[in-house]
Amino acid sequence: MITDQLAKSAGQWLATPGPLSEIVISSRIRLARNVAGYPFLSRASDDQRRELADRLRVHLDARATNGQWEYLDLDQVDDLDRQMLVERHLISRQLVDAKGTRGVAIATDESTSVMVNEEDHLRIQVLRTGLQLDEIWHQINSIDDRIEDHIEYAFHSRYGYLTACPTNVGTGIRVSVMLHLPALKLTGEIERVFRAAKDMHLAVRGLYGEGTEATGDLFQISNQVTLGRSEEEIVNEFKSLVIPRIIDYENLARQCLVKERPLQLDDRVWRSYGILKNARTISSEETMLHLSHLRMGVHLNRIKDIELRTLNELFLVTQPAHLQKIHGERLTGEQRSSARADIIRAKLSGR
Amino acid sequence: MTDISPQGEKRERHLCEECAQKEGITPNPQGAVNLSQMLTAFIGGGKVTAQQIAELRCSKCKLTFVEFRNSGLLGCPCDYDAFEKALVPLIERAHQGANQHVGKFPRKQEKPRTAESDLIRLRRALVRAVDNEQYEEAARIRDRIQKIESA
Repeated sequence: MITDQLAKSAGQWLATPGPLSEIVISSRIRLARNVAGYPFLSRASDDQRRELADRLRVHLDARATNGQWEYLDLDQVDDLDRQMLVERHLISRQLVDAKGTRGVAIATDESTSVMVNEEDHLRIQVLRTGLQLDEIWHQINSIDDRIEDHIEYAFHSRYGYLTACPTNVGTGIRVSVMLHLPALKLTGEIERVFRAAKDMHLAVRGLYGEGTEATGDLFQISNQVTLGRSEEEIVNEFKSLVIPRIIDYENLARQCLVKERPLQLDDRVWRSYGILKNARTISSEETMLHLSHLRMGVHLNRIKDIELRTLNELFLVTQPAHLQKIHGERLTGEQRSSARADIIRAKLSGR
Repeated sequence: MTDISPQGEKRERHLCEECAQKEGITPNPQGAVNLSQMLTAFIGGGKVTAQQIAELRCSKCKLTFVEFRNSGLLGCPCDYDAFEKALVPLIERAHQGANQHVGKFPRKQEKPRTAESDLIRLRRALVRAVDNEQYEEAARIRDRIQKIESA
């Protein structure tokens, strides 16, 4: 199964850091779509859910892409595997928690996943490393077209693509960019960025989206307005305005640390390096915090013998389900802390 | 804020917070959209009476507007028409005043590329560009609006 293969590596999308990846971890676009002639999921019967999943699966399997896909029926997937897919950002926690027939089609290169019967009948997402929104929009638009060749979507000439929640109606598009902003956090400027984002009707969330706290200085910025603007306008605003501004702020804050507080900066970075290289047990929170400092230290050339991709990979494989998949067995909290410390030490010493 | 006239002249205006919100220049301070808050505010607003809203029910999926209000989720695509009166103000609040889709159309469906829909989209884009102080972009959009209007 695809989940066994995923656990072993960071995935192609993280393996090669993309444009501006010293600050932009990943970019993602998702489209919400519903099939015409069916109720939304809150009113769908078990039979209708099954019928939808069967129909969509056939099209996803056979037609929607040139590449390789694997379709997973979530009811048939082990707890741990589901959790790993969440950690991997391939499915949402909401899909895991939902009841009834539901599934996900995943491209084996992990760039694309299509959730079936989440909040909407279809949630198509394309994910890439660094800032690559144009490429993603191009790719997801064509996947959407190809599905649409065979499935009629619920569409309204005035309100556009109809979604179960009216906050997604119109384009159904959600553009999300995951940013690493340790210097803004350290200098206390991050609150200003949040306020500015809110003024622009953007949402700021933690690592796993809706309802999650930001950990390890990773923040996800996404649009909230989906109606009255074209997809290109929304994507463009992110690409040319929102993200470059935040990157500039973060770079400014990083340079400020280098110039004005070099000793404190080095102390923090090297302490984090020390802990990660030597700890025998470590929690996820502590891992995130120190990986974050180390990542900044690597970008600012304070530490020269680690690559960004190693750190990106560690962010991923130190999560609970990943650790257990790699070990091939369920682990208690204590065992996970020890397994986590082991894998960090191994990766940081190049093993 | 700075307005740009059709002749390309800049005009500075200084608005207090309240007026700026009234003109839709700054969003209201509660920030993120909260559906139940929006609903409460809207029902208090009085365009449609609470009684009328309580009676709204979709003939297709049988969902009532009150049920939608409790869950935040609609029951079927027809709800957008069945609840239109009550829903449009919510949609407008969630989407910075917009109530008209201007993005992608299904390929099978003829896209009504009327000058009217282009103008709606461009005028909104102009306001945003000025808000964001992207004056070159604003000038470009203004020229496109003028071109359509004079056609």
